Amino acid sequence: MSVLVNEKTRLIVQGFTGREGTFHAQQMIEYGTNVVGGVTPGKGGTKHLERPVFNTVAEAAKATGANASVIFVPPAYAADAVLEAADSGLPLVVCITEGIPIIDMVRVASVVDFKKTRLIGPNCPGIISPGKCKIGIMPGRIHKQGNVGVVSRSGTLTYEAVHQLTLLGVGQSTCIGIGGDPIMGTPFLDAIKFFNEDPDTHAIILIGEIGGNAEEQAAAWIKANVKIPVVGFIAGQTAPPGRRMGHAGAIISGGQGTAKDKYAAMSAAGIRCVETPADLGSTVATVLK
Amino acid sequence: MKIHEYQAKAILARYGVTTPRGEVAFTKEEALQAAQRLKSNICVVKAQIHAGGRGKAGGVKLAHSPEQVADIAGHILGMKLVTPQTGPAGRIVKRLLIEEGLDITRELYLGLLVDRASGRVVFMASAAGGMEIEEVAKKDPSAILRETIHPSVGLQAYQARKIAFGLGLPLEVVNYATPFLQALYRAFTDTDASLLEINPCVLTGDGKLVALDAKMTFDDNALFRHKELRELRDFDEEDPLEVEASKYGLNYIKLDGSVACMVNGAGLAMATMDIIKYAGGSPANFLDVGGGASADQVKNAFRILMNDPAVKAVFINIFGGILRCDVLATGVVSAAKDLHVTVPVVVRMEGTNVEVGQQILRDSGLNFTIANDMKDGAQKVVKLAGGAR
Repeated sequence: MSVLVNEKTRLIVQGFTGREGTFHAQQMIEYGTNVVGGVTPGKGGTKHLERPVFNTVAEAAKATGANASVIFVPPAYAADAVLEAADSGLPLVVCITEGIPIIDMVRVASVVDFKKTRLIGPNCPGIISPGKCKIGIMPGRIHKQGNVGVVSRSGTLTYEAVHQLTLLGVGQSTCIGIGGDPIMGTPFLDAIKFFNEDPDTHAIILIGEIGGNAEEQAAAWIKANVKIPVVGFIAGQTAPPGRRMGHAGAIISGGQGTAKDKYAAMSAAGIRCVETPADLGSTVATVLK
Repeated sequence: MKIHEYQAKAILARYGVTTPRGEVAFTKEEALQAAQRLKSNICVVKAQIHAGGRGKAGGVKLAHSPEQVADIAGHILGMKLVTPQTGPAGRIVKRLLIEEGLDITRELYLGLLVDRASGRVVFMASAAGGMEIEEVAKKDPSAILRETIHPSVGLQAYQARKIAFGLGLPLEVVNYATPFLQALYRAFTDTDASLLEINPCVLTGDGKLVALDAKMTFDDNALFRHKELRELRDFDEEDPLEVEASKYGLNYIKLDGSVACMVNGAGLAMATMDIIKYAGGSPANFLDVGGGASADQVKNAFRILMNDPAVKAVFINIFGGILRCDVLATGVVSAAKDLHVTVPVVVRMEGTNVEVGQQILRDSGLNFTIANDMKDGAQKVVKLAGGAR
């Protein structure tokens, strides 16, 4: 088992014929993801990567029976793309785009019912259930099918953790990159709930970073509800306050959102905290024994 | 992106927010002329820097004549202001705001920001004007009024009244406060602001609300649709290396350590700083070259890092994934050669063709050290930078 994506996922790509969309669609197809078509306004009726192109998401969803979409649309138009996917009734939307204005996401969040339309991201690497389905830009080859759920705000840091696990022979059920923006479709809490309901997820890695309090919220819920082991890391222990550390959401403001506070909340919830990401893989391997 | 107080007030005034009469001055003479035009019994001379805490640091002074304004201006211009927000390096004052003094009866706090938890814009207000909102939050969270705003309807009149009554404003001021607060909300959303603070907003003797101070920060991701705001950027207020880095699309933040790092991805870049500290060293910077880490980006990044004289060693930590390590290594070698990099460079890379990439580094004849993983790299680079400190 796995969460949110599997062999049954039928994916369309928004921004299909663009440079990013083309490259990563190709990569996803090679990984074995069932990419059933794509959307580029104005190119409807043509073929791209041997798959049909549509002008609108509604048409694409109807013609292909898609149940998921991935968005590679530039930041100025990405919020519109999310709204279009939601309006077409797709239950899963993965938004890779980085740099969406926050006010655009405020509007998206006020209109889209995230229970009906599960949005992953934006500003994220995507989601992968190893061996079954990859939606996003992560390198497929570092993953291995197995029983660890990974949830993270950071792309390359997730790769780091996954790579360590795979080298140790520990596979993953699903890896969810929830994204580095302040407003996201799937916060830690939601991802943890999915993993907690999945009988084949036997341990969880939670990779957070400074800013906001999504890690604290998840920790409180984990303490009360999660029986499987959780290993946690927070990036940004040395980050100066008031500075945005690359991700729009990674900022300590008004003394809130420090790594120290997050570690305290996670430790109090019984989460095994590691001080460096280099220890994530080995710690998970230990708790699984 | 941050802007100056006088620029924020000009924007707010366009939305109908009352601000004190005032003018910006870059020289003592301009300050004198501004004061003469104001014809106010009391003038305020305010240093314009992108940091709070100016008053306590001596950057805000009262004057009783245009001549006194000029004297004070001469004193403050060119002065180095050190406030808790500037850090020990402080900021040199290059611009002043000369304003009329007001008859103040009450000071309030008004603020707008995007609340991450609710995903909405929130209006915050407190009767304790002049105090940092974080301090108020710590001492007495119930003293902060909060109204969450739905983006499709904006700040409603009833919400504005709730704030005005909650602040204990007299009835005749409440009616006037409603459009005032709504104007602030419109200014916030129209400009894609990420923070708008009026601290203090004052009630004057004649019953008017006036934005005595104004702080606006804009969402960098939205600047593409605000040409007029982009022109307000003041490069003097930013670290020159950070300005240079931003031209190349590099995410660079200067810190005060000696181990430079070059990483792809923001999370990994933060974690790399952390692991340098964990290994006993001190990071010289945050630097995210982007997920792809192209040869050009690597070269630009090297150039920025080598401009920091405090750097004793460089740690390149690239988790390429779909990136080819031989291409990356070739880029690193050519950049290090072109830029005559002399400090030791520790390289940890992961991706396809790792072995070929490592061989290219070894064969280059340059001062490269190969690391097997992140922890190994951190330990090696800290040692090469002169050990723990």
